[in-house]
Amino acid sequence: MGLLFILIIPLAAAALSLVSADRRFAPAITIAGALAVLVLALKTAFTVIKAGEIIAIADWVSCNSLSALILLLVAFVSLTAAVFSWGYIEVHTGPDNVKKIQRYYIRFNLFVFSMLAVVLFSQVALVWVAVELTTLMSVFLVSFDNTRQALEAAWKYVVLTCMGAAFALLGILLLYWAMKGAGGKTFTWEELTAVSQGINPKILKTAFIFILIGFGTKVGLVPMHTWLPDAHSQAPSPVCALLSGVETTTILYVILRLLPILNVSPSIHASEWFLVSGLVSVGAAAFLLIQVKDYKRLFAFSTVEHMGIIMVAVGLGGSAAHLGATYQILSHAITKSLCFFAAGTTLLIVGTREISSVRGLIRTSPIAGGAFLIGGLAIAGAPPFAVFLSEFAILRAGIAGGHYIAITLLGIFILMAFAAVMFHVNRMVFGKPPEDMVKVALPKTAIISLTMALVPVIVLGLYIPDSLYKLLRLAAASLGR
Amino acid sequence: MTVSSLTQLNALTGGLFLLSTFGIIAMRQILGCLKMFVLQSIFLAISALLLGYLHQSIHLFAVAAITLLVKPTLIPYLLQRTVGNEVTARREISQLINIPTSLLVAVGLTIVSYFVATPLLSAAGGTTAGVNLPIGIACLLLGAYTVTVRREALPQIIGILTMENGAFFAGISIAPDLPLIAELSAAFDVLVIALVMGILTRKIHERMGSTTVSDLKTLKEV
Repeated sequence: MGLLFILIIPLAAAALSLVSADRRFAPAITIAGALAVLVLALKTAFTVIKAGEIIAIADWVSCNSLSALILLLVAFVSLTAAVFSWGYIEVHTGPDNVKKIQRYYIRFNLFVFSMLAVVLFSQVALVWVAVELTTLMSVFLVSFDNTRQALEAAWKYVVLTCMGAAFALLGILLLYWAMKGAGGKTFTWEELTAVSQGINPKILKTAFIFILIGFGTKVGLVPMHTWLPDAHSQAPSPVCALLSGVETTTILYVILRLLPILNVSPSIHASEWFLVSGLVSVGAAAFLLIQVKDYKRLFAFSTVEHMGIIMVAVGLGGSAAHLGATYQILSHAITKSLCFFAAGTTLLIVGTREISSVRGLIRTSPIAGGAFLIGGLAIAGAPPFAVFLSEFAILRAGIAGGHYIAITLLGIFILMAFAAVMFHVNRMVFGKPPEDMVKVALPKTAIISLTMALVPVIVLGLYIPDSLYKLLRLAAASLGR
Repeated sequence: MTVSSLTQLNALTGGLFLLSTFGIIAMRQILGCLKMFVLQSIFLAISALLLGYLHQSIHLFAVAAITLLVKPTLIPYLLQRTVGNEVTARREISQLINIPTSLLVAVGLTIVSYFVATPLLSAAGGTTAGVNLPIGIACLLLGAYTVTVRREALPQIIGILTMENGAFFAGISIAPDLPLIAELSAAFDVLVIALVMGILTRKIHERMGSTTVSDLKTLKEV
């Protein structure tokens, strides 16, 4: 039942956002809903760790270890983003524009619902519908500012990801065809894995390529990434945290669920596909990171880099690399959301997204500057933060597996990306602030949200709770077979 | 009706479906594109009916009914309502590659799709998929091509809907018994695509005074 409540709560919160004309009602109900979802997600995760997969409605709604991990991340980031939204959106739209505030929260809740649905649906055709909904529900969040740039970003976002979704649809239908040919009955992840021995590899390979291109567009794999920096920089910052931190991984999850099915026939060369597309993404992102001019685009390109790293880790194969991949999914989600909260706070203070016009941020505002510095260090992969540990785990697993060329390339790209991110962050955080900088009081909710996002970033670099580690291991095990 | 005549009828429908897709590429006017899309959706429904009769499948009859309800009727209505008449009626001549060249590219893409589909068909076997799968893939690719070369918003929307139609056209032959809930939600989804993109187009029109979306290129590095 818990799983169904997880799906119902955001829908209910979206409906309730309309109820009262008080400007504080919609954000409060959204935060309450997100908190309830997080509690239920934690409960689900513990049950999955103890008893394995949960099935709420057979063949329709279920949750395995990998879905539980993503579920937890979506729930956590949506809570911090909801808290951050309270002050941010009020400052952004003006407190009198209650209609606009309400519209924001309705879309926010529907967007969260669509992401939760992707991981909880076990009927693959419905998963496709849910993935498409994640785009459609977030388009107007991206265009929320209604500026020329925001509309441009939203248009590119919807056109490219819908094109991707159409490719993925054909892939999914081909997958169904292949499953029927192998004697499968219901079109669920479990059934696909169960009959994977008998699936025709030719059809499966074509299906996989269509799905990789289609959903890869949404994940932001190079060369289908062109919409990502636009959408992830133009949306309001709490939405960016959701888009960059968890939406990308939610879609990546769908590709990852195919892995145990693909591994059955070596003729598909699934791991090579993962490895090459991952390396191309990391490499391109590393070069693009050097020449960014906008600090939100900086973090957006860093998302492309991290998605590439996860793809590489999955492609390396073996339980150690898979553990690295799930760990990277976790560390990226928590760190990237912190980065975008820091970027949003910075935007409130300096009012511009240009890197070159921000100097001495830590003197203008110790809170924004400090958060930006920690976020930058953490996402670039400096020790002792979680991203460092997960990247290190992946590199070590690759060397142990004998993938020397791939690991050398990955190592070089990661170092380049590290240098690029640190160069830009350093220029913004330190130095002498411009004379005309006015002090802006930050909304309290922004500070609360930054603190909430900061805790796991710092703690998980030093210590991983036992149950979380078990969940990561189980999720990694679900990738292999 | 005999099986072979039904198969032949389906092949005819497939040919007309492909022809209407070529029509979308060849049309100069936005309204013409929309009309071609309506025709294409009707052929999709007819093919679903024929295959449903052939396989004695209630599912495909339902798919045909849903398709008829959503694609040739609701979607054009929604697009006209959201985008507004002045945008749909305007003559559109701006596209990146001219129409004769586009048609040549379209022929090339169709040949490519037969190369993609043939090994799959020989791997699985089946007579109806022999028509629907390659034409579906062709339509998917042609839709993607339309989105790439058209500079106006509405033809780009139609391109995306064409891609979905292509996927469904292949789908009715290779996945004829998909659960009805999935079919219904997919149809709903297509409707939401049209609605969301229509509203976005109107917003762009309000903000910029035109719907030539290829002029939107301020967001980039350097």
